[in-house]
Amino acid sequence: MNRAFLKKLYKYLKPYRLFLLLSVMMAFISALITLYIPLLTGKAVDCVLGPGKVDFAGTFGIMARIALAAVISALSQYLMNISNNAMAGRVVRDMRDAAFSKIERLPLKYLDNHPYGDLLSRVISDADQFSDGLLMGFSQFFTGLVTIFGTLFFMLRLDFKLGLLVVVLTPLSFFVARFISSRTYRYSRRQAEIRGKETAFVNEMINGARVTKAFNREERVLQDFSGINEEFREASLKATFFSSLTNPSTRFVNNVIYAAIAIVGANSVMKGLLTVGGLTSFLSYAREYTRPFNEISGVVTELQNAFACAERLMDLIEEKPEKPDREDAVTLINPEGKIDIENLSFSYSDDKKLIEDFNLSVNPGQHIAIAGPTGCGKTTLINLLMRFYDIKYGSIRVDGVDTLMVTRKSLRDSFGMVLQDTWLKSGTIRENLIMGDTSVSDEEMIAAAKACHAHSFIRKLPKGYDTYISEDGGTLSAGQKQLLCITRAMLSKPSMLILDEATSSIDTRTEIKIQEAFHRIMDGKTGFIVAHRLSTIREADLILVMKDGNIIEQGSHEELLAHKGFYNELYESQFAGNAT
Amino acid sequence: MQNLFRYLKPYRTECLLSPLFKLIEAAFELIVPLVVASLIDKGIAANDGRYVLKEGLILILLGAAGLIFSLTAQFFAAKAATGFSALLRHSLFETLNEMDFSELDTIGTDTLITRMTSDVTQIQNGVNMFLRLLLRSPFIVFGAVIMAFTVDVRSALVFAVLIPCLAIVVFVIMKVTRPAYRKLQEKLDRITGKVRENLTGVRVIRAFHMEDRETEDFTGMDREYASGVERIGRISSLLNPLTLVLVNLFTAALIYTGAFQVDNGFITQGALVALINYMSQILIELIKLANLIILISKAVACADRVGELLTGENKRKNNTLDFPQKKNGVPYISFENASLRYEGSPEAALENLSFMINKGTVTGITGGTGSGKSSLVNMIAGFYAAAEGSVKINGRDIKDIDEKALRERVAIVFQKNTLFSGTIGENLRWGDPEATDAELWEALKVSQAEEFVRKRKGGLDYMLEQGGKNLSGGQKQRLCIARALVKKPEILILDDSASALDFATDLKLRTAIREMEKSLTVFIVSQRAASIMHSDQIIVLDDGKISGIGTHAFLLRENGVYREIYNSQFPGDAE
Repeated sequence: MNRAFLKKLYKYLKPYRLFLLLSVMMAFISALITLYIPLLTGKAVDCVLGPGKVDFAGTFGIMARIALAAVISALSQYLMNISNNAMAGRVVRDMRDAAFSKIERLPLKYLDNHPYGDLLSRVISDADQFSDGLLMGFSQFFTGLVTIFGTLFFMLRLDFKLGLLVVVLTPLSFFVARFISSRTYRYSRRQAEIRGKETAFVNEMINGARVTKAFNREERVLQDFSGINEEFREASLKATFFSSLTNPSTRFVNNVIYAAIAIVGANSVMKGLLTVGGLTSFLSYAREYTRPFNEISGVVTELQNAFACAERLMDLIEEKPEKPDREDAVTLINPEGKIDIENLSFSYSDDKKLIEDFNLSVNPGQHIAIAGPTGCGKTTLINLLMRFYDIKYGSIRVDGVDTLMVTRKSLRDSFGMVLQDTWLKSGTIRENLIMGDTSVSDEEMIAAAKACHAHSFIRKLPKGYDTYISEDGGTLSAGQKQLLCITRAMLSKPSMLILDEATSSIDTRTEIKIQEAFHRIMDGKTGFIVAHRLSTIREADLILVMKDGNIIEQGSHEELLAHKGFYNELYESQFAGNAT
Repeated sequence: MQNLFRYLKPYRTECLLSPLFKLIEAAFELIVPLVVASLIDKGIAANDGRYVLKEGLILILLGAAGLIFSLTAQFFAAKAATGFSALLRHSLFETLNEMDFSELDTIGTDTLITRMTSDVTQIQNGVNMFLRLLLRSPFIVFGAVIMAFTVDVRSALVFAVLIPCLAIVVFVIMKVTRPAYRKLQEKLDRITGKVRENLTGVRVIRAFHMEDRETEDFTGMDREYASGVERIGRISSLLNPLTLVLVNLFTAALIYTGAFQVDNGFITQGALVALINYMSQILIELIKLANLIILISKAVACADRVGELLTGENKRKNNTLDFPQKKNGVPYISFENASLRYEGSPEAALENLSFMINKGTVTGITGGTGSGKSSLVNMIAGFYAAAEGSVKINGRDIKDIDEKALRERVAIVFQKNTLFSGTIGENLRWGDPEATDAELWEALKVSQAEEFVRKRKGGLDYMLEQGGKNLSGGQKQRLCIARALVKKPEILILDDSASALDFATDLKLRTAIREMEKSLTVFIVSQRAASIMHSDQIIVLDDGKISGIGTHAFLLRENGVYREIYNSQFPGDAE
């Protein structure tokens, strides 16, 4: 726990500092009153000396005070608890929100390179762990401190020398706690690591459960799991056991201190320096005094774990977001769709160039098809057109304006995009189609769905457009999901369109009909079409054949066929008979 | 949640010893006041320094013995709790393995993951704490009450009233918080889902600039979750203060009764002090217990969720029928009026299918989007059972065939290409753990993956990241096909699994497969007419029904749907 970390933490705590103040105040009050109650009971006992020697008036007075003190103490404790609760809960909630909105703003480069499971566990489990630790810390730390100083004060007042003895012996307890907690930390870390490993494995196997079954791999997978599970059990056993050592060990140290007080105190009594009653009070205070040490040492162990989690969360929150739009960025409004790509070079990592010196000029209304083998840079080009990744060398201009000078929102707004990966959000079909644009009327939506041949199957779903689909589209077929994605893109009324294998799972008859619809909508608008199926792209004005990041051929379908090059080879392969 | 107890069984000894040792430690703790009393009464009264020292050393000894017992107890508790949760996770994983496709369709990934991880952790903590404090706290509480009765029955009646009051408080709070914790975990599921979804769909979300809306959505869910946490907090926070008030009020009552008892000479002042001490011992113990109770109601809520997953009795049918042998005069594979209905869907996905397939043939399956192509091949692999009619292999209903035996002979390559983290070789050996490197290369050659695997650093030892993220879509598909080939199946199903391949590669792949074992029966599901037109027979599906079966030439002539599909891809050929 370094200073910088605490400072960051304070930033999140600051809005709730009133709760913090209240909590500390209430901790103070409740701890003091809790110490005061034994004093009252002691006084009450003094009023009840023996038969006939009972001061009933005094007893009743004290009883009333005990009741009052108990109520006040309980009230302040409750106030402390709920302000701690509110504080811990809200601080962590704010951090979670910050982490999520950071995810929404992180460059894709970061997201593409980090396992989702890890990011997920930061936002969910780490946040929860931190919240638990924080709550425990707040509720025991301050009361503990007040109790320590309170009892110390009472003890020193009762017998200064004995009090000093306690003060001198105290570090022993800390020493033991520290010794154990440093070990605990190591084992906890190991436990957390293996837990992460196990979670990743479970995550992967749940996603691949169907394949496991298809390959009869259940038993082997279970064996692998057992291995990790056993590893986790061992680590968990060590972590759990070592963390549970703290309490008994410090308790033992406290018992030693207690015995020392008893011996030294008894000698004082024999020398007439202390009364028996004094010794009794002293001993009970010694108990009270050492208890919070136990608790605090426990809290410290817990907090170490919590802070480790919080740091992982903070790291995510502090990750550099996507570079914001330039201040002088312009807004694209219904661009004509002229696109110029000049000297574009790009790579994800430094060692491998993906696109090199790419030049292309597209006139408004032209439809450009991109063909070529996998890994030729088609998807990368889309990443750059949409500015999912920023260009380093060369430029892409829309209507003559460099896309780096345009706001991302307006740039992406002017593109409609249908990707190979048919992602749908969990929600109703309607929510998936309008994507937050409430200005879309039902009529428009249905018209678009009809044009994309999605209406007929949507209508057959249990609740039509209000059918809830879970993540990944549930039992919808791959083709149906694509139809939804296409309708979604159509409804956004883009000026330009990007179709990346958008119709690969749709039968060609439907595809032709959809293309008619596309053509109607795309009339006069610029479009990029990526497809393996050459029937999908033959109508394009210009076909680019890409290989290893370069355009190796370009022209219309007929021109390319006449050219007898790579395109022709691809084209012929679909007619070629099989070997038999 | 009762069904979880059986996982504690192997740790019966630990479960008994841990609380027992805790108990012994507590007993030592209860002796301490007696030793101190004798130190004061005998040692100080007689001014005997040696006696004081002796009693002091006894105190230390008691502490040391307590330490040993308590450490042993903690160890047993930790061993039982971690062992228990390991068994539980293992059993959950087995359940996952036993789920059939319909169950996998309906249960969400997020909830499966949280249940197997965070829920089990909560239960483990609960068991651990429960074992540690199970006997200790009640022992001290009841011990104190009994001791109080030995001191003075009349005053002890105060204790007798206090205990039920405390029990009610504890009971009510547990009763209220248990369902609340459950709801809370469900809200956590939703948050988890939201984050996952935003990670997987980041491109679409950015393309539609939904970032702010999604953040708003998330904030809303998060707010709900956080306020849920706070609400539970407000209830469980009551526990400590309420105990405090109750115990202190009863202390006042005790002093009140005690005062009369002392006044009447029934008890001494010292006895009253003892009674008050017992009361404060109860208080200290109850405060510890309160934290435990919060932990336990959380654990119980989680145990309920986990228990639900485990209630499904072993659904795996114990079909003992081995893969049937070839019988003369009986078709290899036959569909007889087979229909398929998905769970929760009102309409049949496939209706009344009847056809026969001969061994060693290639069957193409095509049809419109959502026409049931994948459903059909999934039935051949036995993933979904026919609702009506039957699917037979060598004359025996697939339903009766042992699943393992069936899947050893049927290899299916799914539309969605799933690979696992590990080397390429490890992934391929899913097909056959015993396969030699040469066999793997052979499969890679057929699946047209040899070239790119050779180029990768380490070849077969090239490490794939989770889900094969470091490969392109087409490369993943080819590895998935190779994995199926390594299995050396009798029936090979390619469910639109070459969609990311260009036509040239697709052709090479099909040709290579044809040149393999002559007895291999192949099903190719595809949108591409080119991929299936050379099959021995083609099944054309339309809206869950068979529209036509036959060769390319036959269908082109007789089947309107097929003709339309073909012409849409080869417009030049249209006569």
